[in-house]
Amino acid sequence: MISYIIRRTLMAIPLLLGISILSFAIIQLAPGDPTTLMMDPTLKPSDQAKFREKYGLDDPIPKQYVVWLGKMVQGDFGTSIIERGVPVSEMIMARLPNTLLLMGVSTILAILVAVPLGIFSAMRPYTIRDYTVTVGSFLGVATPNFWLGIMMIYFFGVILKWFPTGGVATLNAPFSLWDRIHHLIMPAFVLAAADMAALTRYTRSSMLDVLQQDYIRTAKSKGFKENKVVLKHGLRNGLIPIITIFGLMIPSFISGAAITENVFSWPGLGRLFIEAAFTRDYPVIMALTVISAVFVVIGNLLADILYAIFDPRIEY
Amino acid sequence: MQYLIRELSIKEGFIMSTNSTIDQLDLNPNQQKPDTLTRIFFRKFFKNKLAVVGAIILLVIILMAIFAPLLAPYNHEVVNMKEKLKPPSSEYLLGTDRFGRDIFSRLLFGGRISLLVAFGSVAGALIIGTTIGALAGYYGGILDAILMRFVDIVISIPSLFLLITVVTIFNPGWDKLIIIFALTSWTSTARLVRGEFLSLRSREFVLASRTIGTRASKIIFSHILPNAMGPIIVAATLLVGGVILSEAALSYLGLGIQPPTPSWGNMLQDAQSITILIKAPWYPFFPGLLILITVLCFNFVGDGLRDALDPKGD
Repeated sequence: MISYIIRRTLMAIPLLLGISILSFAIIQLAPGDPTTLMMDPTLKPSDQAKFREKYGLDDPIPKQYVVWLGKMVQGDFGTSIIERGVPVSEMIMARLPNTLLLMGVSTILAILVAVPLGIFSAMRPYTIRDYTVTVGSFLGVATPNFWLGIMMIYFFGVILKWFPTGGVATLNAPFSLWDRIHHLIMPAFVLAAADMAALTRYTRSSMLDVLQQDYIRTAKSKGFKENKVVLKHGLRNGLIPIITIFGLMIPSFISGAAITENVFSWPGLGRLFIEAAFTRDYPVIMALTVISAVFVVIGNLLADILYAIFDPRIEY
Repeated sequence: MQYLIRELSIKEGFIMSTNSTIDQLDLNPNQQKPDTLTRIFFRKFFKNKLAVVGAIILLVIILMAIFAPLLAPYNHEVVNMKEKLKPPSSEYLLGTDRFGRDIFSRLLFGGRISLLVAFGSVAGALIIGTTIGALAGYYGGILDAILMRFVDIVISIPSLFLLITVVTIFNPGWDKLIIIFALTSWTSTARLVRGEFLSLRSREFVLASRTIGTRASKIIFSHILPNAMGPIIVAATLLVGGVILSEAALSYLGLGIQPPTPSWGNMLQDAQSITILIKAPWYPFFPGLLILITVLCFNFVGDGLRDALDPKGD
C-alpha cells in the first residue's frame, strides 16, 4: 500500500510538469510578453535593454521556462501588472481562505445531500420517490449555476430577504460567526447543486448495483433489518465507485466555484481570476490556471489513494 | 491461406452484420420483416418517453432558431429606450430588456448563436477527439502513451480556466470561439474512442482486414469507427448540452459572445446588477429557463440514445 501511494504520487510529477509546459506555451501566444507590459513605455532604449536583461526576456524560450518554473516552485508567481509591484502570491494568499471555505462547505453539503438521496432512491427503484429524485437530479445537472444563483438572489435575497445578496460578511460589522454562515449558505448551495445532482445519480446507480448482489440477499434472508443491510453491508461497497466519480468531478467543481464567486461577489480566487481576465493581468491569470490544475491533480491523487484504502479487493 | 482468409471474411461479415445490418446475411428470405438494428433502435428509443419529448422540444427550439427572422415580432437589435424593461404582456411576449429590445426576439436570435457555437464546437471536438483517440487506441504502445498523457494534462486544467486564458489572448468572435471550445472539450471523446478502439482492434474482422493488407487508415475509418459510433453519438449529444452551459457561463461573465449580438448567456449579463434584477426579474428568468430546458432535453435525448444503441439491454 505504502509503495502504491509513493508510486502514485511520483506519477503526478510528470503530469504537473506537462501542465506547466502547456500553460507556459499558451501564455507565450499572448501578444507582447507579459513582462513587457510592465515596462514603463517612456524608458530610454538603453534602460529598456537593461530591463529586458534583468527579466531575461531575450533568453531562449526553454531557458525562460526553466527560470519561470524554478520561481513558481518556490511560490514566486511574479508581480501583478495591474496592481504594480504587488506579488501575485500575496494576492492569492489573501483570497485563498475564502475559496477554500466555499469549496469545502459545498463539497460537504453535496455529499450530505447526495448520498442519502441516492440510497433513498436505490432502495425503492422505479417508484414515485425514485422518479422524483431522478428528475430532480436531471434538473440539477442541466441548470446553469449562475442562473440558479441569480434566481436565488432574487427570491431569497430580494423578495424574502432571508439571505444577503453577496459578499462574505456584512461590511464594517464586527466578526460574527452567524453573519459569516448567513453569507455562505446561498453560494455554497449554488456551487453544490450541480455536483449534488450528479453525485445523487451515481450513488443511486452504484447502490442499485450493490443491492442486487448475493451477499445482500444473504444478509436480508438472515433476518437483518433492511436499514442495517443497506447502510452497513451495501453502503460500504456502494460508495467505492463514488470516490472515483468524485475525483473526476473536481475540474468542473473548480470551474463552478469561479462562476459562483462572481455571482455572489465572493472575494475568492475565482473572482480574482475573472477580474484578471478583464484587465489582461497575465501573471495572475497564469498563476491561477496552474494552481487550479494543481488542485485537480492533488484531488485526483487523493481520490486514487482513498480508493486503494477503501477497496481491499484490489492489490497494487 | 485462401481458406483462412475466406473463413475470416465470413466471420468479419458476421460480426459486421450484428453491428450494422442483417440484410447482407439474411439467409431466410421468407421471413417477412427482419428486425434490423435501425428498427430495434427506433423501437427502444420511442419507448423512452422523456427522450422522445426531449427530441420534439429540441426540434422546435432548433427550428425556431433557424426561422428566427420570420418568427421574431420585433427587430432584435434596435434600441428603444422608451420601452425599456417592460414586463411580459400581449405586446411583448416575454418583456423587454434594458434597451427596450424585445426579449422573445432576442432569444430567437440568441438561440442561433448559442446553438451554432454548441454544434460547431462539438463537431470540432469530435474530429479532434476521434482522431486522437483512434490513433492512440489503434496503434497503442508509445504513441498511445504520449497522446494519453497529453489528454491527462488538458483534462487537469479546469475547462473554464483554460477557456478564459485562451479567450483573453485572442479576443475571439463567435467563429473563433467555436475553435476554442473545440480545442478545450475534445478530451472526453478521445478517451472514449480510445477505449472503444482498444477493445475492437483485436476482434476477428479487424484481424481479417489486416491479413488481407487493408490500409490502416481504411481499417480505422471504415471498419472500426462505424462500430464505435454508438457511444460516440451518445457522448456528443451530452457534450452539446455541456458546451451550451459553458458558452452561457462565459458569455454571462462577459468573456464570450459580445453584445449587441445576443446569446442566451450574454442576455443574463445585465442581471449582475441588483437594480435591474429588482425592476425586471423576468428579464434574466427567460434566457436561463431556455438554457435549462435545452440542456435538459439534450441530456434526455442522450440518455435515450444510450439505451437505444446499447445492444445488451432491451
